[in-house]
Amino acid sequence: MSDSLAALVASTCEEFGNDRTRMMDIVRAIQKEEGCVSSETLDLIAGQLGTYRVEVESVVSFYAFLSSRPKGEVVVRICDDIIDEMKGAENVAAAFAEELGVEMGGTTEDGKVTLERTPCIGMCDQAPAAIVNDVPITNLDESKARAIAKILQEGGAPAHLVTTFGHGNNANDLVRSMVTNNIRKRGPVVFSDFSSGSAIDKALAMTPAEVIRDVKTSRLRGRGGAGFPTGMKWDFTRHSTGDKRYVICNADEGEPGTFKDRTILTECPDLMFEGMTIAGYAVGSDAGIVYLRGEYAYLLPFLEDVLSKRREKGLLGTNIGGKEGFAFDIRIQMGAGAYICGEETALISSCEGQRGDPKNRPPFPAQKGYLASPTTVNNVETFCCVARILDQGPGWFAQMGSKGSAGTKLLSVSGDCTSPGVYEVPFGITLGDFLKLAGGENAAAVQVGGPSGQMVGPDDFGKTICYDDLATGGSVMVFGPHRNILEIAAKFMDFFVEESCGYCTPCRAGNVLLQGHLKRILDGRGEMEDLDYMQKTGETVKLTSRCGLGQTSPNPVLSTLKNFRPAYEVLIKEKKEEGFKAAFDIQEALGDSKGLIGRESTIYND
Amino acid sequence: MSTDKPKVATASLAGCFGCHMSILDIDDRILQLIDLVDFDKSPVDDIKEFTGRCAVGLIEGGCCNEENVRVLQDFRKHCDVLISLGECAICGGIPAMRNNVPLKECFDEAYRNGPSVHNPSGEYPSDPEIPLLLNKVYPCHEVVKMDYHLQGCPPPADTIWAALTALLTDKPVELPYELIKYD
Amino acid sequence: MMSDRITFTIDGVEVQADPGQTILQAADAAGVYIPRLCAHKELNPFGACRICTVMVNGRPQAACTTPAANGMIIENETEELTDNRRSIVEMLFVEGNHYCMYCEKSGNCELQAMAYRLSIMVPRHPYQFPDKDIDGSHPDIMIDRNRCILCARCVRASRDLDDKNVFQFVGRGKEKKVWINSEAKLSDTDMDVTDKATDICPVGAIIKKRTGYEIPIGQRAYDHKPIGSDIEEAKATAESN
Ligand SMILES: Cc1cc2nc3c(=O)[nH]c(=O)nc-3n(C[C@H](O)[C@H](O)[C@H](O)COP(=O)(O)O)c2cc1C
Ligand code: SF4
Ligand code: SF4
Ligand code: SF4
Ligand code: FES
Ligand code: FES
Repeated sequence: MSDSLAALVASTCEEFGNDRTRMMDIVRAIQKEEGCVSSETLDLIAGQLGTYRVEVESVVSFYAFLSSRPKGEVVVRICDDIIDEMKGAENVAAAFAEELGVEMGGTTEDGKVTLERTPCIGMCDQAPAAIVNDVPITNLDESKARAIAKILQEGGAPAHLVTTFGHGNNANDLVRSMVTNNIRKRGPVVFSDFSSGSAIDKALAMTPAEVIRDVKTSRLRGRGGAGFPTGMKWDFTRHSTGDKRYVICNADEGEPGTFKDRTILTECPDLMFEGMTIAGYAVGSDAGIVYLRGEYAYLLPFLEDVLSKRREKGLLGTNIGGKEGFAFDIRIQMGAGAYICGEETALISSCEGQRGDPKNRPPFPAQKGYLASPTTVNNVETFCCVARILDQGPGWFAQMGSKGSAGTKLLSVSGDCTSPGVYEVPFGITLGDFLKLAGGENAAAVQVGGPSGQMVGPDDFGKTICYDDLATGGSVMVFGPHRNILEIAAKFMDFFVEESCGYCTPCRAGNVLLQGHLKRILDGRGEMEDLDYMQKTGETVKLTSRCGLGQTSPNPVLSTLKNFRPAYEVLIKEKKEEGFKAAFDIQEALGDSKGLIGRESTIYND
Repeated sequence: MSTDKPKVATASLAGCFGCHMSILDIDDRILQLIDLVDFDKSPVDDIKEFTGRCAVGLIEGGCCNEENVRVLQDFRKHCDVLISLGECAICGGIPAMRNNVPLKECFDEAYRNGPSVHNPSGEYPSDPEIPLLLNKVYPCHEVVKMDYHLQGCPPPADTIWAALTALLTDKPVELPYELIKYD
Repeated sequence: MMSDRITFTIDGVEVQADPGQTILQAADAAGVYIPRLCAHKELNPFGACRICTVMVNGRPQAACTTPAANGMIIENETEELTDNRRSIVEMLFVEGNHYCMYCEKSGNCELQAMAYRLSIMVPRHPYQFPDKDIDGSHPDIMIDRNRCILCARCVRASRDLDDKNVFQFVGRGKEKKVWINSEAKLSDTDMDVTDKATDICPVGAIIKKRTGYEIPIGQRAYDHKPIGSDIEEAKATAESN
C-alpha cells in the first residue's frame, strides 16, 4: 500500500517536473487517485519536491475541494447559496441526507458517498444545483435527489446521472453535461459569430504598441469587477522589467450569482483564447494560463481540446499566424474551491502552488506577478472583448455603451424573475429596464454585483448599470417582495466568513462579528446601538482589510443599513428593562443546565 | 448613618473576592471614602438587599449562574453608575476558562469523574438552593449595560481610588498609563 | 546622496526616506511611531495585523508594506485611524482567549501593550471564547494557540532567519492556525530553544518553558512606558541635542 502510494507520488511529481510551483496540480492528481491527501502523502510529496511537510499541508488545508481525510468515492456538493435556498435547496439537501443516511458533511458507512455544502457553483439560473464529483446536476428537486442518492449508493458513476444534455456545446462529447446555457440575449461583442484567427491576423499586422493603443482607444475596462482600463494594464505589463511575462485569464468566477463566464467557456472559448493570444503579443509574453475554478472542472477536457485544435491551426505554439518569432501557448490551471482565488494576486499565489493568500501590493502583478514576472490578469469576458475589438476596430467598440463604460456587458440574472440566464446588454441600461427584460419587474430588492456589491431597492431602479453607477462583474440577483432582505444579507455574510483567507485581522475576525450581530438582530435580540456597531465595524473592515474581499465583505450589512434600514428597525423590540442587554437571553443561557439538572429555574420561571 | 451622602454598593459574582480585597487595599483612604459615601448593599457591611438608589455600584466577577444574573440586574436597576471591577467582570476571567468546555463535561468532571469525587448515585445535585449554571460565564457588559471598566486582576487600589473619587466629585474618569493594567 | 532622498509628511511633519524603505521604516528612523504588531525589524514585511494602517493621500495603506514615495501626505494619529486600530486590537482579543492575569508574557506582550497605549478598557466586540489547542510536547518551548494573533513572525523567523521552516499556517478564515512541520507535535520538529523563532512572538503564544514571570512586575517592558516610546524618545533626544 505504502509502496504503491510512494510510486504514485513519485510519478505524479515527475509528471509535473518535480516543480514545487505545480503543487495544485500534484495534489489534485493524487487526491483523484487516493481520495485524499493523507498525512503520509504529505510527507511523501514534501520529500519528492524537496520542500517541507507543513508547506504541503498548508496548501491542502486551504482549499475546500482538497482534503487530508478520506472522503467518499463520490462527493455530492450541494450549492448552499441564497438563490438555491430560494429554489428549495434545503429540501434537496434533506432528501439527500435522509436517503443516504448521513448528516451534512458526513460519509456513508460503506465509504461510497460524502454529502457536503458548497458556495455558489455558477448554476443559479438552474438552481437548485449540485456537483457530484465533477458533474453538475441542475434543476434538482426532492425526488430527483432521492433517485440520485439511490444510484450513487448502488455504485452508479456520476457521469451516468446525466441523461439529457443542455444546448450547444453542453452536448459536446467532451462535455456531456445537463447544464443549459440560458443565453437570453445576444449582443455584438461576445455572443456573435466569430471566425478563429481573424483577430489574431489583424493584431499581428500591427506592432504590439499599436495593439495596446487600439485597446486603449476602445476604452475597454476590465469585466471582472474592478474595471481597470485594460490597455493601461497591458502597457504597464509590457514596460515592466523582467525576462519573462505572463498572461493570465481569470476564470475563477466565484462571485455568487455570476455564471456568465460559464457560457463563454462553453460557447465561445475560441474568442477568449484568441484574446489571450493577442494579449501575449501585445505585452510580450509567450505563456498564458487560464485559472479555471474547480467547480467548472467538467469543462476541462473540452477546453483542452479547443486548445489542441488551436495548436493544430497554428493559432498557438510557435510562429503563430505565420509571424516569425511570435510564440504563445496556454495551460489550464485548475482551482480547488476558494472564492478568494478570484482575486488576482491570490490567483497568482494559487498558480504558484501556494495557499490562495493574496499578495501585498505594491508591487502590482503588472510589475511582479506570476513567479515574480510581469503579469497581466484579465477576466474571461475582457479577453473576448479584446478579440472583438481587434477584429471590428476600437471605434466600433467605443461608440457602444455609456460615457465611462464602453461596449456591452454580460449579466447573469437569477432569483425571482421569469427568465434567468445570461444577457449581453449595452452598458448604461437602467436597472429597471433590465429587470423588464429578465421578467423581474416585481423585484423588491436587487443585489447588483453579488454579495460584494450593493443591495438596492425600487428607488434605485432608475440607476444605470455601468462602472460609475451600479457596477457589477455580472451578477444580478432578483428578490421578490416576499423575501427577507436581512436573511439574504446574513447568508452573504456566512459566505464571506467561509471564504475569507484569514490573512488579515479585520476580514478574518471582523466578518465573524458582523455575522454574529446580524444574526442577533434577526433573532429579535438586537438593539439600536447594534446598528451603530455594525456600521462602525463594517467601516473598519472595509478600510483596513488587505484585499478586495475584506474591502467589500461588509457590503451586505452596510448597503442594507443604507437602503433597507426599516427592515432592521422593525426587528428591534421595545426593551423590557432599561440597561438590560437584549442580546442576553436568560432562558437560553440556562438551557444546557435545565436539561442536565432536570429542573426549571427557581429565579427565572415566568 | 446620614442620608445625604451618595451611596455605593458592591457585589462579588463569579469572582474570588480579590477585587474586594483591593477595595480595602486603599488603606487609610478608606476613612476618606467613608466620609464621602455610605455603603449600601455590599459584603463590606453585609447589607443583603438595596435600601435605596445608589450612585455607584462596583461589580466583581462575571456571571456564571442565574443568581449572578439576578444580582447584576438588581444592581443595574438600583445604581446610577455601574462599574466592572477587574478582569472577571470584564472578560469572565479565570472562571471563563470553562467557556470552551461543554457544560456536560464540566458537570461530569465536577460530579462524576473528578479524582476527589465521591458520588455513587452519579446524579448531579438538583437542590433548588443551588443556582443553575449558565451555559458559559458571561462578562457583565454582555448581560447589562456597564458604564466603566477598571482593568486588572485585581485592579490596583490606586485605580479604584482614582475612579471612585473622580466619579463622586463629578470629574471625568481619566486613568494615567500606569493604572491601566490587565494583570 | 541628497538627491536620492525621498521626502514626505506624516501628520504634517516632514520625514525623509531612502529609496526602498517602507513608510514604517522611514517613520521609525524619523522618530515617528506608527503602531504595529506583525512588523518586526529583522523580518520582511507581512501586512497581516493592519494596525499600521495609515491614510496615504487619502487612501488606506499598511505602512509596513508600502514603500515610501516622494510627496506622500500621510495621516497617522487621527481620531478615525486610532479608533480603527482600537477596533482591530479588540478583535484580536476576542478572537482568542487572553487571560493576561496568568500569562507568562504579561507586561512584555506587544498586544497587551498596544491595548494600553490605545487606552482600551473593554473590547466593543463580544468575546468569542474559541476552542484552541496547546502544544507542550517540546522540552523547552510551548505553543499556546489561545494567544496567537497569526502575525507570522514565527513563520518568517524560522524560514528566513533560522533556515528551518518549523512553522506555517494551515486552514483558512477563522479556522486558520499556526501549525508546525510535523504531524502534531513541536517536539517532532527540529525547533531549538536557541532559534530566533523562539523569541520573536509578540504575544504569549510561543514561550520558553521555565522562564515565566522571571521579571518582577514594575520592571517589565511596558509597565511604565507605552510601546513605541523607544522610537519616540530617540527623536526627542535627537532634537534636544
Ligand atoms: C475576492 C475577489 C474575487 C474576485 N473574483 C474574480 C473572478 O472570479 N473573476 C474575475 O475576473 N475577477 C475577479 N476578481 C477581480 C480580480 O482581482 C481582477 O481585478 C480581475 O481579474 C482583473 O481582470 P479585468 O481587469 O479583466 O476585470 C475578484 C476580486 C476579488 C477581490
Ligand atoms: S481581506 Fe480577507 S481575503 Fe483579503 S487578505 Fe485579508 S483576510 Fe484574506
Ligand atoms: S498574550 Fe498578551 S494579551 Fe494575551 S493573555 Fe498573554 S499578556 Fe495578555
Ligand atoms: S505563534 Fe506568535 S509569532 Fe507565531 S503567528 Fe502566533 S502570535 Fe505570531
Ligand atoms: S449556483 Fe447556487 S447560488 Fe449560484
Ligand atoms: S504592522 Fe503593518 S500590517 Fe501588521
